[in-house]
Amino acid sequence: MADRTLAISTKSGISAATLVVVLILGALLAVLSRAEAGAGFVPADWAAVRFTVWQAFLSSMISVVLAVPVARALARRRFVGRGVLVTLLGAPFILPVIVAVLGLLTVFGRNGWLNIALEGIGLPTVSIYGLHGVVLAHVFFNLPLATRLLLQGWQGIPAERFRLAAQLRLTPWAVFRALEWPVLKQIVPGAAALIFVICLTSFAVALTLGGGPRATTIELAIYQAFRFDFDLGRAALLSVTQLVLAGAAAVFALWIIPVMSTGGGQDRPLLRWDARGGMQRCGDGIVIVLAAAFLLVPLAAVVLRGLRGLGQVPVTVWQAAGQSLFVAVISVVVLAVLALPMAGWIAARRSGGVEAIGLLGLSASPLMIGTGWFILINPVLDPSSVALPVTALVNALMALPFALRIIVPRLRDTVQDYGRLAETLGLQGWPLWRWVILPRIRPQLGFAAGLTGALSVGDLGVITLFADQERATLPLQMYRLMGAYRMEAAAGAALILLALALGIFWACDRGGRMHVEA
Amino acid sequence: MLRLEGAQIVQGNFVMTGDMALEQGQKYAVIGPSGAGKSTLLAALCGFIPLAQGRLCWHDADLTGAAPGARPMTMLFQDNNLFPHLTVTQNVGLGIRPDLRLRAQDKAKVEDALGRVGLHDHADKKPGALSGGQQSRAALARVLVQARPWLLLDEPFAALGPALRNEMLDLVQDLVGQTGAGLIMVTHAPEDVRRIADQVIFVAGGVAKAPQPAQALMDNPPPELRAYLG
Repeated sequence: MADRTLAISTKSGISAATLVVVLILGALLAVLSRAEAGAGFVPADWAAVRFTVWQAFLSSMISVVLAVPVARALARRRFVGRGVLVTLLGAPFILPVIVAVLGLLTVFGRNGWLNIALEGIGLPTVSIYGLHGVVLAHVFFNLPLATRLLLQGWQGIPAERFRLAAQLRLTPWAVFRALEWPVLKQIVPGAAALIFVICLTSFAVALTLGGGPRATTIELAIYQAFRFDFDLGRAALLSVTQLVLAGAAAVFALWIIPVMSTGGGQDRPLLRWDARGGMQRCGDGIVIVLAAAFLLVPLAAVVLRGLRGLGQVPVTVWQAAGQSLFVAVISVVVLAVLALPMAGWIAARRSGGVEAIGLLGLSASPLMIGTGWFILINPVLDPSSVALPVTALVNALMALPFALRIIVPRLRDTVQDYGRLAETLGLQGWPLWRWVILPRIRPQLGFAAGLTGALSVGDLGVITLFADQERATLPLQMYRLMGAYRMEAAAGAALILLALALGIFWACDRGGRMHVEA
Repeated sequence: MLRLEGAQIVQGNFVMTGDMALEQGQKYAVIGPSGAGKSTLLAALCGFIPLAQGRLCWHDADLTGAAPGARPMTMLFQDNNLFPHLTVTQNVGLGIRPDLRLRAQDKAKVEDALGRVGLHDHADKKPGALSGGQQSRAALARVLVQARPWLLLDEPFAALGPALRNEMLDLVQDLVGQTGAGLIMVTHAPEDVRRIADQVIFVAGGVAKAPQPAQALMDNPPPELRAYLG
């Protein structure tokens, strides 16, 4: 097929993609220039590599295995609050990591609710630090993600098939084989791969719950080499390792990661006739209650503790909140400037190879990019003076692959449906974006912007490399409070951060959906 | 005179050739079996499918490589002829200025066109709030303001009921009569051919045949056409 479809200029798309590549490869080259050729791995580095892969593997497996019964139960039961619960499943994705960690500490920590209960009935207490804690936090974040991906697939099964199954009086096992297994087979590998990649480069969880020789990820090792030893050579070597590892995993995952839905239509349960037995109902009920509790109790803990701590919040927290908001706004603007032309370029092509460039952001770890730019900036400027813009930029790059996944399918549909009409009218350049593309993709753009803003405001990554006492974002300020054992003040900061992240997401997402017709 | 000279259109395994000269002001019906390439012929004329060989000329100008928006023609598709997120006025206005910076006289032109298709009361509505027939009228209002020498119809009224379709065809006939534009329309229905067409382009077996007078052809069809008409 050699059809012309739409005169979207590819120039700006190529420029944006080039900029992304330059930003990331520039950092990589800077890192490489410092990585000493002779300096090999010390045993601690090998331990970090092993731990990184092992915790990511465990996290993705546990998340996906647990998500199957949860998604199954949600797909076939209707109950009051189901829609709210499904919406809440999306919350951990935009929940600042440090906030969730505080919630998990409140429930599972040394003096947490669980341990108090265990002590009360005379059982040994559990520790949240180390491998358990890292995996627990990753499952907390990714179980809902996996559930949503599966639910989306499950609800994509046409209603007619369930009607057919009901007419044929298929047994539960036969329903599973005929209807559910094909969906699982299609979605589980992609979901597992996505979660594995996300967990490979996760930093804040390891920073707060890991540590020590037995629970240090590569990302954390980069931070420690950088921050404690200021050993740029070692940080560089670890960064390259991280890039190779995560890059290989991400490129592999690209081909099997499922499309991200903006959440439309997921709260519509089908009328189903299978699984009406009492045992099945009971089992589904237990699964839903457990999953909801696992998700909601730590969140409730953050809110309860935060309300008590609000009064003890120091003024630096409010300043940091302002700076975080600034970072989030810059991230959203940068994201829009990069993602829109790139999405236009990708959508106008038939194959999606360009998306791999967006994925570079996912595989190149934020700390690697941060280390690289620190090396580049250090001789010219005081790195801490550009801490906030660099953080904003890196956060935008990190959100780029998700934004492209969200925007491209809709843009492709727009090109498909209205490309010819736009061409006969001679629409191109800015008027094409202004009158056709932007109005059509506004809900997706709003969703992507909300995601980016929320991720950026809650990010605790690059900022840890660049920040000084004056320039700190809210997550960093909160981490410092936790480090100083001012837990009540930290809880107050967590509540503010939570409100900020959810508020930014809500505002952008709502902005995208308002007055949208057909 | 719109001339298709030694044209070859290739889409995967599908190959179609065509050689014809079309006169402005005439009304041409394109008929032929499903999958014969009627829509493909229109898409090629409009510039959505490049010619593998041959040329397309309009008067003395060579249009072979021209972008769709730069050709002296406008086309209505089977669907998606209006942007659903824009009002009727904006949709029509795009026919005058793609950036929608309408001056006073442009706005008057849009209003006039809406009046002529009977939509003056629906100017600020979005297409979703209109009936199927009204949507067709809105698209025709845009065709009016575009005022290109050729109008190409790829069965835009196929989803309408028979009475409404005839009404639309009559409106089309009026409009091209007023603007003096040439009409090239794909159709399945022999009665449409009799109703509106001066000439027939029969597409079958990988060839778009040169136009023949509609009346004579329909009264006395050659075997291939007879097989199609049944």
